[in-house]
Amino acid sequence: MNKLRTGAFHTGMILLSLLWLGPVLWVVVMSTRSFDDIAAHGVGSLPQSFTLDTYRQAWTDGGELRALINSMLVTVPSVALSLCLAAMAAFALSRFRIPGRRTILLLMLAGNLLPPQILLIPVSKFSELTGLYDTLWALIAVQVGFGLGFYTFVLHGFMRDLPGEIQEAATIDGAGTAQIFTRVMLPLTRPALAALGALSFTWIFNDLLWAITVLRTDDKMPVTPALLGLQGQFVSSWNVIAAGTVIAAVPTVAVFLRFQRHFVSGLALGAVK
Amino acid sequence: MTATVSTTSVTPTRRRRRSARLSPLLVAFVLVPFAVESIWVFWPALQGFWFSLTRWDGMSPPTFVGTDNYVELTGDATFRGALLNTVIWLVLFGGLSVLGGFGMALVLQKERRGVGFYRAALFTPVVFSLVVTALVWRVFYQPDGIADTLLRAVGLEHLIRPWLADPQTALYAVILPALWRQIGYVMVLFLAGLKAIDPALHEAARMDGANSWQRLRHVTIPQLKGVNAVVLSVIVIDSLRSFDIVWSLTKGGPYHSSELLSTYMYSTAFQSLRLGYASAIAVVIFVLALAVILGYLVRAFREEA
Repeated sequence: MNKLRTGAFHTGMILLSLLWLGPVLWVVVMSTRSFDDIAAHGVGSLPQSFTLDTYRQAWTDGGELRALINSMLVTVPSVALSLCLAAMAAFALSRFRIPGRRTILLLMLAGNLLPPQILLIPVSKFSELTGLYDTLWALIAVQVGFGLGFYTFVLHGFMRDLPGEIQEAATIDGAGTAQIFTRVMLPLTRPALAALGALSFTWIFNDLLWAITVLRTDDKMPVTPALLGLQGQFVSSWNVIAAGTVIAAVPTVAVFLRFQRHFVSGLALGAVK
Repeated sequence: MTATVSTTSVTPTRRRRRSARLSPLLVAFVLVPFAVESIWVFWPALQGFWFSLTRWDGMSPPTFVGTDNYVELTGDATFRGALLNTVIWLVLFGGLSVLGGFGMALVLQKERRGVGFYRAALFTPVVFSLVVTALVWRVFYQPDGIADTLLRAVGLEHLIRPWLADPQTALYAVILPALWRQIGYVMVLFLAGLKAIDPALHEAARMDGANSWQRLRHVTIPQLKGVNAVVLSVIVIDSLRSFDIVWSLTKGGPYHSSELLSTYMYSTAFQSLRLGYASAIAVVIFVLALAVILGYLVRAFREEA
């Protein structure tokens, strides 16, 4: 009876896993098929050919290289800057009796919960006004501003629970506020910082809405909107579009594999607190 | 002894904290991030409300028209369709991802052989962007794509249709990939919540002769209250924000059949250049998000009292 249940469990879960991974594997396989093969047999058939020329086409003709560089130029500074600012705010709000600290924290979190739609028009107009429109700076600024509230909230929850004795000991040893922050608090907050770093990397890297709101020129677009452009450019070349899709997914998959543990715990960070 | 130690250590802490309040560095630590968020979030949000009371093409200065935009919304058939679709989205996408995510978390909660792999498989799509998800599923929906091949294999050819181009099916054809990606995410939230439940509670219930359904109903679900609140907020906010997947699969078409409030707002603003009218749609989205979340919070408070 028990053996039967275990068997049923594994059969069901293997089928479900296939259902989840199948479409992804299918796209990877399709990215290596030739155009003639797909034209003759359709996207639903098994592969009859193998080529990597699709990747070259997506990479150079499709402008994915340029788009990947843009994405990195936006994502890396955005992640670094927003975690830095959020850690500062979380440190001050969680370890010191700043008047109105709870209100400030909740207000910052509420800002992140706003539907971005209400911000789109004002933000695009404001970036025009400041001359940032259609530059990667605008995208970095928006990503930092919009993410800050959530990161501050999570880091605040984490720093609040660190024992006060450590901070007191450091103060008695003559450390100033800045030193306590950089030498004591930041190292202790590393697990949360790693988790948020992995998460925010994928969020910012995967973003579409903000990019198409503050950017206009094609060769300034990051990977996600560029992938949509690729669809228009290679209308029925499903193999090239598939290759572009794989390229666009590689960086976040790499970050996920490298920081898997932090990534998953990061998703849950806000949930149990 | 211990008493003396604690009193002497508390007093200097208090004094330090009070003096720290004046430290300009700490003030900067709070003010700089707050100012950044104010410039890019708080101030634009307030402007958004103001713009919703204007007629504005983005070029000439906005003219104040009072509630005209909102009055026009009530008679706008596309808006009503988008509102209805957003409600369908909230119920189907939200409801099914909670059920699916919770179900998978229950099934995969116990550590046993293979469980790590199954969790990872369900979780994989969370890593992809919604645009990547959309392209993956496009292959599925193509004429002669995987969906059609599968239907043909089981002899249901008569059901075949252009899934994304048929107004009857477009919305549902977009919800499916969104669910595919969301279920793994919700599962992780619930797994974290389940792990935080004290096993002694289940043990005690088992001793009292509760069967597994009763333990689920009276132990697990009440203990998940905190997670439920988070999941609900995540789902409502995600549903109202949902944009990427619809934009990359159908752009709201055909004939607005898969239009959500978010896509209608975007195209009204940046394609029709009716910025005031689009701001009014954005305000509606904001009010809906607020209403659901506040409604939930009020109920949660009442239950606690």
